[in-house]
Amino acid sequence: MHGRDHAVIKLEVLKEDLHQKFQDPQMSLSTSFGSHILEVPKDKVVPVLSFLKDTGKYDVLMDLTAVDYLPRQPRFEVVYHLFNSKNFQRLRVKAKLAEGDTIDSLTPVWRSANWFEREAYDMYGIVFKGHPALRKILTHHHFKGHPLRKDYDATKTQACHDVLPIEFDDGTRFQEDPERDLVPLNLGPSHPATHGTLRVMAALDGEKIVKAGVELGFLHRCFEKMAETHQFNQVIPYTDRLNYCSAPMNNIGYCKTVEKLLGVDIPPRAKAMRIVLAELSRIIDHNVCIGANALDLGALTSFFYLFELRERVYSLFEKLCGARLTVSMTRVGGMAYDAPPGWFNEVLETCKHIKKGVDEFDRLLSKNKIWLQRTQNVGSITAEQALQWGYTGPCLRAAGVGLDLRKAEPYYGYNQLDFDIPVGTTGDVYDRYVVRMEEMRQSVRIIEQVIKGMPGGDFTIRDKGIVLPEKKDVYGNIEGLMNHFMLVMKGIRPPVGEVYDYTEAANGELGFYMVSDGSHKPYRLRVRPPCFAIYQSFPEQITGGLLADVIAILGSMNLIAGELDR
Amino acid sequence: MSVVSNQNTGTGVSESDVNQLLFTGVMTTKLDDWIAWGQKNALWPLPYGTACCGIELMSVMGPKYDLARFGAEVVRFSPRQADLMIVAGTITEKMVPVLVHIYEQMLEPKYVLSMGACASSGGFYRSYHVLQGVDKVIPVDVFVPGCPPTPEAVLDGIMLLQKMIETHQPRPWKDAWKGPRRD
Repeated sequence: MHGRDHAVIKLEVLKEDLHQKFQDPQMSLSTSFGSHILEVPKDKVVPVLSFLKDTGKYDVLMDLTAVDYLPRQPRFEVVYHLFNSKNFQRLRVKAKLAEGDTIDSLTPVWRSANWFEREAYDMYGIVFKGHPALRKILTHHHFKGHPLRKDYDATKTQACHDVLPIEFDDGTRFQEDPERDLVPLNLGPSHPATHGTLRVMAALDGEKIVKAGVELGFLHRCFEKMAETHQFNQVIPYTDRLNYCSAPMNNIGYCKTVEKLLGVDIPPRAKAMRIVLAELSRIIDHNVCIGANALDLGALTSFFYLFELRERVYSLFEKLCGARLTVSMTRVGGMAYDAPPGWFNEVLETCKHIKKGVDEFDRLLSKNKIWLQRTQNVGSITAEQALQWGYTGPCLRAAGVGLDLRKAEPYYGYNQLDFDIPVGTTGDVYDRYVVRMEEMRQSVRIIEQVIKGMPGGDFTIRDKGIVLPEKKDVYGNIEGLMNHFMLVMKGIRPPVGEVYDYTEAANGELGFYMVSDGSHKPYRLRVRPPCFAIYQSFPEQITGGLLADVIAILGSMNLIAGELDR
Repeated sequence: MSVVSNQNTGTGVSESDVNQLLFTGVMTTKLDDWIAWGQKNALWPLPYGTACCGIELMSVMGPKYDLARFGAEVVRFSPRQADLMIVAGTITEKMVPVLVHIYEQMLEPKYVLSMGACASSGGFYRSYHVLQGVDKVIPVDVFVPGCPPTPEAVLDGIMLLQKMIETHQPRPWKDAWKGPRRD
C-alpha cells in the first residue's frame, strides 16, 4: 500500500509541475492499470518531454511506438514510454495524430528515438519532422505501404529483387572520393560473424572505419502483425521465436502482460516455475552470447565448452515439455502443465554441472592474453551515454549502472531471493563478458533457492474464462467439453484498455505494450526489444575504431535477429 | 594380389568394397560410384542460418550430435567452397536476393537442405514479409520438418541426401531450375 501512496503523491506533483509550466487545458494526466498516462497535443510533445527530461523526472526513453485506431479520427496515436533509472518511475505519453499529419522528432532530446521513429515511420507512415534521416528500417526498400496499418492485409507479400547499396547511418550512400581513397566494405548479412542476418556497412581508411551503417530487417517476420491476427494463447509460440536463445523468457514476459491486463494473480508454484525457467534461459542465452563472441574472435574451443552446458539445459527442457528450443511452456494464467516427478532434482544436478562448467570456462578464457587484448577498452561506453541510447540489461550494467528489474521492480518474488547484481565499470566488451559470466553464477544461486522452497499447489489458475479445462474433464463430462469448446472458439476476452509490462530478459528490459479492444485478439501488441536500442549505438561505437573491433563489439551486444527485427 | 568383382553393381561402393581395397589394394567399381562415394562422405555445408533453426544447427555441429560423424563437419562460409547449402531459418523477402546470389555462387555439384518449417513453407509466418518456402527461389533436395527440427531429424535429412547421392537419384527440380521463380 505504501508504494501506491507514494506513486499517487508523485502523480500530483507531476500534475502541478506540468500545469505551472504549460497551463494547457488539453493536457491530461490519468492512471490506468497502474500506469500513469499523459496525453498531450502533438505540437507539445517535444517541449513536454524535454521538460520532463531536463528536470530530471525521467531520464530514459524506453520505447516509442504508434497505434492505428482506424476508423477513429484522428487515426494514429504516437506512444512514448519514459523511465527513471533512479527511482524506477514510469510514464506513458501519448499524442493523437491524423493521417498526413507530421509530428516533431524527439531525436534532439533522446538519441534513442532515432531508430524507434524510423520504425514507426516504416510501419505506420508517421512522418517525424526534423528526424536526421527518416527512412525505412525493417521492410525491404521496394516495399510499398505501411504494414501495421489496420487496412494493410497481413498476408500481402511484396517481392524484393535486389540488395540495398551501401548506405550509412545518416542515410547517405557511399561515393568514390579520389582524394581520400576510401574503401567500401560490406559485411553480411550472410557472414559467419554477423550471425546470419545482420548487415554492417563501412567506409574504410586502411583498417580504420571512417563511416558506418547497418541494415536490419533481414529477419522481419511480422511478429506484431501476426499477434494482431491470433488469439491471446496462440501468440505464445510466436513469442518463443523473438529471442530464440532464451525462448521461455519471452513466453513469461508476454503472459505476464496479458495477466496484468486480465488482473489475475498466478499461483505461487507457477511463479516459482517461471523463475526457474527464466534463470535457466538466462544461463543458456549468456552461453550463446559468450560462446559466439569468443568464437568470432578465434576461440573455437569456448564454443564447444559452453554448448555442452547448453545441451544439458536443452535436455531439461525436453523432459519438461518435449521441445528443446521453443518450449511454449507458459499459458495465460500459469503453466501449461506441472513439472514431471524428479525434474527439479535434475535441475539441481544440472546446476552443479553449470557451476563447474562456468568456473572451468573462466579459467580457460578470462585471463587469456589474446582475449584480453581483443576485448579490453574495446567498445567502451559511459553510463550517461548508455542511458541516452536506451541500454538495458548486461550491457548497461557493464557500463556501471546497477539497474536490474529483478531488484528494481521485483516480480514473482525475486525480492525474497538472495542474489547479487554484477556491475562493470567501463562498459567495454570485456566488462560485458565478465558481467554475463557472473550473472550465470547468480542465476544458479537463484534456481537453487527457488527449488529449495518450491511451493506446492496448482500450477495454473482455474478460471474457466481463461484456462482450458484438463483433458480428463474435456473427455469425461459435458461442462468440461463445453468449456473447452467455448474457450477455443471464442478465446480469452480481456477488458478494454492498454498495459505495458516488462521483465528482465537476458538482453535487458523486454517490454510488451498491449492494447485490447475487448476482443479475443490483441488489438495491438508492441514488443520493446532490448537489443534494438543497444544496436542503435553500434554505428557510432565502431566509427573511428579498427575493423577487427567491429566483430568483438557486435558479438558482445548479443544481437538476436528474431528480437531485433521481430 | 587378386581382382575382386563388385557384388553391388549399381548401388554404389559398399563397405566390403572398401575393406577389400584396404586389405588387397584392389577393387573394381564404376567411376561414377566411386566419385559419389567420395562426395557423400565429404559434404561441405554452408550454414545459411538466419533464425531459431540456426541455433539448433549449432547443436547439430556441436559436441553432442557432432555432424563430423557423417563427414560433413567442414563448415564453409564461402559458397565457392561448399556443396551443401543448409537453409536454417526464416527467409524473408528482404533476404531472397542475398540467398539466391549465394546459391548461384556455389559450384556444381550442389545440394540444398531446407531445415525447418519456415524455410520449407514459411511456417506459421503467413505474413507480408516472409517468403513462403525457399523452393520458390532455389531448388531444394531435402526438406526437414520441425519448428525447429531436432538435431536427429537434421542428421536424418543429411543421411537421406547421402543416399540420394549414392544412388544417383535423378533431380528434375534441380535440372529444371533456371533462376528464382516469383509470382
